[in-house]
Amino acid sequence: MSASTAPSSTAIRPKLSELFRAFVIISLSGFGGALPWARRMIVEQRNWMTAEEFNEAFALSQFLPGPNVVNFSVVFGSRFGGAPGAAVALAGLMGPPLIIVTILAFLYSRYGDVEALGRILTGITAAATGLLIAVVAKMATPLFRKRWDWAPLIAIAAFVGVAIMQWPLPLVFAVLAPISVACAWMTR
Amino acid sequence: MNDNPLIALAGYFALLSLFAVGGANAAIPEMHRIAVEVMHWMSDRQFADSFAISQVSPGPNIIIVTLIGYHVAGLAGAAVATAAMCGPTCVLAFLVARTWDRFKEARWRIAIQAGLVPVSLGLIAASAFVLARSADHNIYAAAITAITAIVGFATRINPLWIFAVGGALGLSGWL
Repeated sequence: MSASTAPSSTAIRPKLSELFRAFVIISLSGFGGALPWARRMIVEQRNWMTAEEFNEAFALSQFLPGPNVVNFSVVFGSRFGGAPGAAVALAGLMGPPLIIVTILAFLYSRYGDVEALGRILTGITAAATGLLIAVVAKMATPLFRKRWDWAPLIAIAAFVGVAIMQWPLPLVFAVLAPISVACAWMTR
Repeated sequence: MNDNPLIALAGYFALLSLFAVGGANAAIPEMHRIAVEVMHWMSDRQFADSFAISQVSPGPNIIIVTLIGYHVAGLAGAAVATAAMCGPTCVLAFLVARTWDRFKEARWRIAIQAGLVPVSLGLIAASAFVLARSADHNIYAAAITAITAIVGFATRINPLWIFAVGGALGLSGWL
């Protein structure tokens, strides 16, 4: 698990204005979920984090209560710019869709053809699903590339528990997280 | 029971945000229960429409709370609901992130972090699976999913254009 201790100081440190712009772009591209776009921007385009660092920061955001990507913007922003960084990343993420959705709500209350919207949504969801599959494959690469160990087994167990067995997510988490942390503790 | 809808919105969404483990989509059934069945803020149909609008909009899906707030109390409601849904968890995320980075070298911190990653990955994979099962109900939709997955994984091409194609095909009734 040497990768998890790699310092993030090797990465380029973004300025506040860059941070804001990056999260505006993530937000405006993020149809059907912002996670793939956040990874694309942060890991692939700006090199602000390595694949492993992104996985860790996102995992942390996911296990905090509340919206994952919103948490991620705060975790990421505070790491690179303290409280102002967190505020700027959050504002970039939430500002544009707040304005757009309010306009849409107004238009809907006036004209309200949501049937057409539903059909557009079908197509967008199909594409968003593909993008989510791609990001899962990318995030899994560092995990599965290592020599055979416990981590892929835990990932597969979590997947099977929620997707196939359809057990409640908090239950799966409550069982697997302690096992996984214990494995990490012992194998370090 | 509160007479002021803004206070009800703020209290309810602030509370929900702190219990919503698993992201926006995991919180949707609870939002539906409160907004439609308990508080009677909106009808079933209006809730479904709000969900559709929030999904079609760019940005985090949690933006549905903005729509619920707007529906209940206009612009002020939109602002209050969004702030309540994001505020408490953002403060918590900020405090945890600070603590987290301070104990960067601690063994417990490294173990927790390394342990969370595979669970997180499995859960994201599960949501992709669940999404695929509900989205890909015909061959064209499945093809769009497959093409986006391949383009997204194997190339650096911006996949946004596939979203446009998907949206257009959907609108035309092919999907």
